[in-house]
Amino acid sequence: MRRTIAASLAGGLAGLLLAACHADVTLPAEPVVPGAVLPANFPAPVYAPDANPPSAAAFALGRSLFYDERLSRDGSVSCGSCHQQAVAFADDGQRLSQGVRKQLGTRNTPALQNLRWKSEFFWDGGPKNIETLPLAPITNPVEMDETLANVLRKLNADTDYPRRFAQVFGSGPIDSYQLLRALAQFTAALTSANSRYDQAVRGEGGVVLTAAEQRGRTLVAQKCASCHATDLFTDETYRNNGLNASFEADSGRAHITSRVTDVGRFKVPSLRNVELTKPYMHDGRFATLEQVLAHYDHGVVASPTLDAALRPTSGPLGIPLTTAEQTDIIAFLRTLTDQDFIRDQRLAEQP
Amino acid sequence: MKRFSVSTFACTLAIAALSFTGCKKDKEVLPTTPTGPTTQTGTLDIELDQRVGNTPLVLATQTYTTPTGDQFRVTKFNYYLSNIKLTRADGSEYVQPESYYLVEAEDNATHRLAIKDIPVGDYTGITFTIGVDSARNVSGAQKGALDPNEGMFWSWNFGYIFTKLEGFSPQAPTGAFTYHIGGFKKPYDAVRTVSPAFRNGAKLLIRTDHAPEIHMTVDVLKMLTGATTVRFATFATSHSAGPNAMLLANNYAQGMFVVDHIHAN
Ligand code: HEC
Ligand code: HEC
Repeated sequence: MRRTIAASLAGGLAGLLLAACHADVTLPAEPVVPGAVLPANFPAPVYAPDANPPSAAAFALGRSLFYDERLSRDGSVSCGSCHQQAVAFADDGQRLSQGVRKQLGTRNTPALQNLRWKSEFFWDGGPKNIETLPLAPITNPVEMDETLANVLRKLNADTDYPRRFAQVFGSGPIDSYQLLRALAQFTAALTSANSRYDQAVRGEGGVVLTAAEQRGRTLVAQKCASCHATDLFTDETYRNNGLNASFEADSGRAHITSRVTDVGRFKVPSLRNVELTKPYMHDGRFATLEQVLAHYDHGVVASPTLDAALRPTSGPLGIPLTTAEQTDIIAFLRTLTDQDFIRDQRLAEQP
Repeated sequence: MKRFSVSTFACTLAIAALSFTGCKKDKEVLPTTPTGPTTQTGTLDIELDQRVGNTPLVLATQTYTTPTGDQFRVTKFNYYLSNIKLTRADGSEYVQPESYYLVEAEDNATHRLAIKDIPVGDYTGITFTIGVDSARNVSGAQKGALDPNEGMFWSWNFGYIFTKLEGFSPQAPTGAFTYHIGGFKKPYDAVRTVSPAFRNGAKLLIRTDHAPEIHMTVDVLKMLTGATTVRFATFATSHSAGPNAMLLANNYAQGMFVVDHIHAN
């Protein structure tokens, strides 16, 4: 199965480079660094592997850092505290993020998946590079509340990190460049592309969707794909999907752009692994997918920036969906759950 | 299935080599004038003299007065100076590759920029950016002057802080003022490129056996005066890209940097 991915890869993006060697390319069954091979059904990545060539040692270093509580001020919170593998690196059931000293943040923790394909991050698009992104959670007073200088001091004083960094980057001291490049080895590796849906579209292992799932797929393509587009199930734009009449609590994209036309717009989230990443929306207001679909059917609220797709020329706001349609859509959304991703031991905290 | 043939190995090498040169190319900025291996080069020092009007900037202790009569002390004055270009009389130019400097009033070692490998010639002008170009604002992890550990980076709304002026004023509502200026996207693009003139037709002669020096004054008052008169009572902060940062950047783009004189040495 992975061979199929590799072969389609050779024919795809890396095709130019690999063309001459195509016949001889046989990748190991289980590449050491997850995500090093790009899925055939995905578009071209923003952060291609050659921007930070995956290596086993650098990836393992990034993984240690991701799960290391010492990145926070009081040693109580790691990236992995808020981003848990069992739920696609979202925060299980937690409406708003919880940082050091149990402080609540203002937003729901999103899944971490397929970050290679993103040019802007967060619900508002504030961070614009996967490498420098960790500066935000590290320094955010309600998340890790630490300074970059302190993190580097702790790492340099550690008994093991200096040796491991030196192995990857040459002799020390550990600096911010090394820290951020190592973390990006791990975050960029978080590729979720092996759900039943993926296997079906790639024609792998005879996987086919059930009739209900197939109907749900068609409905999503018709009614949701203007925003939840491509096999990444997001077009990476910022939209107002009708949650509020006004957005005093969180202006979304406008927080970054200071434009009134961006008030209430939030990044369209991917629908991959959405079965696992409850609660939903930027403020975690919906506990279930049923509630999300009820929202699209009859909960959409008018506001100046409400997306045109939810403002039909006639009839009520939103996307009318019968109960049967809602059931089918949810059946389809469940096919986007990637068991391999959440069980991949290489992505887990190591003993 | 785990076959690993010699040609696979060779292929991997070839790919590795290709991607390696690919990476390298990104980072090397070629001078705009073709310089062969035989081109002779010289050096230049740029000496930056922080001032408030006509007096040297003394941090923390010295009280200054603005033209409108506000009193203030300065505790921090930092700025990025980047993308240095030297122009010749015929309009051709030398573009310094990887040209990023962080100047901090509190650190004397940063007040002198040593520029190397400049093709010999007679230069009649200098151009540089106050701040950091938009591309580097969104690039990945950076080293040197652009290391985010320098404290000149906004992480919640990405981008470098181009200039920082902090201090105290009895006129400010809280007694303190903080001007952090940055932003690289319209309509709040605060990247400013300036070309302070060489006076009286002075020339910068780059030679293999000379070490010329451009002496520049950098006047803090120019951030507070100009198109916008900054009064601490009503305008004491700028914390992000936005309208306030634009006003301050527009002010300092007009004459904060002045080429005082050039030493031929
Ligand atoms: C206190 C909980 C918490 C911690 C700790 C935390 N995060 Fe997050 N993470 C969040 C929240 C909440 C968001 C969404 C932020 C927003 O939209 O403003 C987020 C967003 C992200 C995103 C963007 C995902 C996307 O699709 O846009 C990435 C990547 C990320 N975090 C990585 C990390 C890394 C790496 C660390 C450790 C250095 C980390 N996080 C630590 C809560 C946390
Ligand atoms: C107009 C664009 C648009 C359309 C059409 C749209 N969505 Fe969304 N969707 C969004 C945005 C934007 C968000 C995030 C809103 C927020 O949190 O403020 C979102 C959030 C979601 C979430 C929550 C995901 C999470 O991780 O929190 C689900 C599930 C979802 N949409 C499913 C659907 C389905 C199913 C359809 C079709 C019936 C659909 N959407 C149609 C824009 C859209």
